[in-house]
Amino acid sequence: MTPGPDGRVRPHIFVVWVEDLPGVLNRVTSLFRRRGFNIESLSVGPARAPGVSRMTIVVRTDATTARRMLVQLSRLVNVLRADDITNEPAIHHELAMFKIQATGEERTQVIQLAGATGARLVDIAPESVVLEATASPAKIDGLAEVLRPYGIVEQVRTGLVGMARGAASVMTDPDARKPPKRRRSAPSDDGSQSV
Amino acid sequence: MKKRWRRTGAQLIWETLLGEGVHTVFGYPGGAILPAYDAMLDYPIRHILVRHEQGATHMADGFSRASGEVGVAVATSGPGATNMVTGIATAMLDSSPIVCVTGQVGSALIGTDAFQETDVTGVTLPITKHNYLVTEVDEIAPALHEAFYVARSGRPGPVLVDITKDAQQAFTEARPRLGKVDLPGYRPEPRPPESELQRAAELINRAERPVILAGHGILISGAMGQVRELAERARIPIAMTLLGIGAIPANHALNMGMMGMHGESWVNQAIQEADLLLALGMRFDDRVTGSLKTYAPNAAKIHIDIDPAEFNKNVRVDVALAGDLSAVLAHLLPVIEARDRSEWLGSIRGFKGDTAVRDIQNLPDMGKLYAAHVIHDIWRMTRGKAIVTTDVGQHQMWEAQYYRHNEPRSLITSGGLGTMGFALPAAVGAKVARPDDEVWVIAGDGGFQMTMCELATIAQERLKLNVAIINNGYLGMVRQWQEFFYDRRYAGTPILSPDFAALARSFGLGGEVVRSRQEVEGAVERARADERTVVLDFQVEKEDTVYPMVPTGARLQDMIRRPEQEADGDPASEEEPVAAGDAVEW
Repeated sequence: MTPGPDGRVRPHIFVVWVEDLPGVLNRVTSLFRRRGFNIESLSVGPARAPGVSRMTIVVRTDATTARRMLVQLSRLVNVLRADDITNEPAIHHELAMFKIQATGEERTQVIQLAGATGARLVDIAPESVVLEATASPAKIDGLAEVLRPYGIVEQVRTGLVGMARGAASVMTDPDARKPPKRRRSAPSDDGSQSV
Repeated sequence: MKKRWRRTGAQLIWETLLGEGVHTVFGYPGGAILPAYDAMLDYPIRHILVRHEQGATHMADGFSRASGEVGVAVATSGPGATNMVTGIATAMLDSSPIVCVTGQVGSALIGTDAFQETDVTGVTLPITKHNYLVTEVDEIAPALHEAFYVARSGRPGPVLVDITKDAQQAFTEARPRLGKVDLPGYRPEPRPPESELQRAAELINRAERPVILAGHGILISGAMGQVRELAERARIPIAMTLLGIGAIPANHALNMGMMGMHGESWVNQAIQEADLLLALGMRFDDRVTGSLKTYAPNAAKIHIDIDPAEFNKNVRVDVALAGDLSAVLAHLLPVIEARDRSEWLGSIRGFKGDTAVRDIQNLPDMGKLYAAHVIHDIWRMTRGKAIVTTDVGQHQMWEAQYYRHNEPRSLITSGGLGTMGFALPAAVGAKVARPDDEVWVIAGDGGFQMTMCELATIAQERLKLNVAIINNGYLGMVRQWQEFFYDRRYAGTPILSPDFAALARSFGLGGEVVRSRQEVEGAVERARADERTVVLDFQVEKEDTVYPMVPTGARLQDMIRRPEQEADGDPASEEEPVAAGDAVEW
C-alpha cells in the first residue's frame, strides 16, 4: 500500500472487543478488505466478560490510515471497543509449533536446542519431533531460523496476541455489566462458528 | 377461558412495523416473503406495489427525506433483494434512514443455492449501516425494533432485515417485549468535551473572514433555526453543499448558495479566502473541496458532525466536535459574540464581479430552449414552494443553481452515490409522505429511462406528480466531461429516447412536448392544473453545458467560467417571486 501523509508503513496491532455473535468477524475484516489490506495475522478468543470476544489484528499500514481504521472499527454496531496498541508497552506473544524430521544425532541436537531456546518438546515420533514455543514474533522467527537446517516439515503460528504491562491500562477489557443477549446477525462464512 | 396470545412471525412483522409508526410500505411480493404478504391484509398497512425493487428503496428513501421518518421497502429473496442494492447504497451515502425487509429461503435451505437464494446480508454488508439475518420467529420483533432504532439514531442510514420463510410461518406464544434497545457497542450520540467547545467559540469570535459550510446534517438534526441564529448574530456568510440546500432559505441575506464543483465561482472564492471554515454536518466530499492541497489554505477549520469517522478524513481540521449538531450548537451559541463583519461581506460582494451578467438565467433565450430557463420558469411558477426530486447530472446541477429552495427537505437528490433513476421513485415516496405538497421530478432523458417503469406505479396509486424531463439527447454530464477532457469524443453518450409524452399517455397519465421557451409557461400551468401526473418532455439545447465548473483535482477557485455571450440583447429582467422584505445581499 502507499504510505499516507504522516508516516511510514509498518505493522499496526489492533485489539478489538466485539459482541460474540455470528457474522461479526466478517464485518470487522470487511473494513480491511474494502481498502485492499492484507491482514498479517488475526486471532480471536473469548474475553473476560461473557459474550465478548477479543480480536488481535495485525495489518501493515501508516499511522493516518490506522487512525481512520480505528474510528471505522469503533463505528460498527457490534464492536464494543477498538484500540491501536502498536505504541503501548505490552507483551506481544504468539504460539508456534514446528515439526522437525530428525533421527539419531540430529534429533538429540534439536532436543538440546529446544531446551536452550525455551521451546518445549510436545511430541516425539520415530521419525520426527514437535516443538512448541510461546514468545514474541521476533523470537519465533529466530527459532525458526535455527531449526531450518534440521528440516522443518510443518509449522503453525497463531499470530500474535497482546496484553499491556502493569495494572489498568488502555487495554483493560471493557466491562460488559451484563453479557449482551444473543442478537441476530449475518452468519459467518462457514455458518458454523460464532464470531 | 381467555384465548391465549398467539402470533405467526408474519403477523409480528406488521405489528412491529405499526408499533414503529409505519403505515405505508413500498414493495414487491415473491415466494420467500409470501407469508408476510398474506398477513399484511389483516393490518392497516398501505402497500404500494412498485415495478422494480430498486424503485421501492428509492421510494422509501424519498419518503424518509421528505418526512424525516423511516421509510420501509419490502422485497422477496434473491433477485428481489439484489434489485434493492442500488437504492440501499444511495441511502447509505446520503445518510437516509430506511429499513428494508426481505424474505429469505427457509432456514434449512440456506447455503444450498436454493431457488431464489442469495446471501443478502453478505451482499449488503458494506452498504448498510447494519443488517440482520432472522431465522427464528421470536427474533423477528426485536430485530425489526432494533433496525428502526439503528436506522434513525446517530448518523442515519439503511438497515436490512432478512427473514427466513419458516420464521415468518412459525407460531409463537411469547409476546415480544420491546423496550429500550440495548446495544452496548453502539454510541450514536457522542458529546464533545467542554474544552473543545471553548476552542471553537474562540476561533469563531476571533475570525475576520469566516464562512459556514452548511450540510445535510443541519436538516437531519433539525438545527436550521440555530444555524440561522449563529449566522445572523455573528454575521457569517453561508455556503451550502448540494444536500445542504434548504437548510437555510435561498433568499436569506447571508446565504451565498451552493459551493463546490458547480457552485458559483465567487462562493468558492469566499471559501478559499476565508480565515475560518465552520463545517456543519458536511463531510468535505471531493465534489466540494477541489484539490485538497490548495483547499482554503489560510482557514482554521472547525468540523461539527455526529460521525467521528468523518473528522480529518479528507480535510485536516483544527477543532472537531462530535455530536448531534443541534445539541452542540445549543452549547456553542451562548458564547458566540455578535459581530459586524461588513468588511468581509463587502469583499465577497466584490468577488461576484460580472457573474450575474454571464448567468444564462439573465440572458435572452435567442429562440432556443435552455434547461436553465426551464428550471427557472418552474421555480417561478411554483413560487419556489415545490418539493423537487432529481437524478444525477446536468439537470441536477441546473436545478441546484436555478431552483431556489427556501424550505428544508424540499430538494431530494442523490448526492453521494449519484444515482440515475432516483428522481421518479423518490418523488413517489415524497408525495406519499407529504400528499398536500406539490412535487416535481426533474430528470434527464438518460436517468428517467432507468426507472420509468414506475410511471405504472404512479398510475395505479393515482398519485399526482409533475415530471420535467430535461431531454437533450445525450447523457449530458458525461458528454460535458467528454467535451472538456476527452476532445469531444462522444463515446456512448448520444441516447435515443421514446416519445415520453406518448409513453406517459399510454399509462393513462398526461404528456406534453415542449420545444421553445414561449411554450414553457403554458405547459407547466397545464401540468399543475391536471389532476393526473403529467410528463413534460422539454427538448432542450443538445450541447448545453453546466457552468461554472471546477475540473477534478483543480484548485477550487480555478473554475471554468461561463462563456461571454455573444448575445446582443439586454439581460432579461425577470420578476423574482421573493417575498417582500427579503434582502438578498448578494
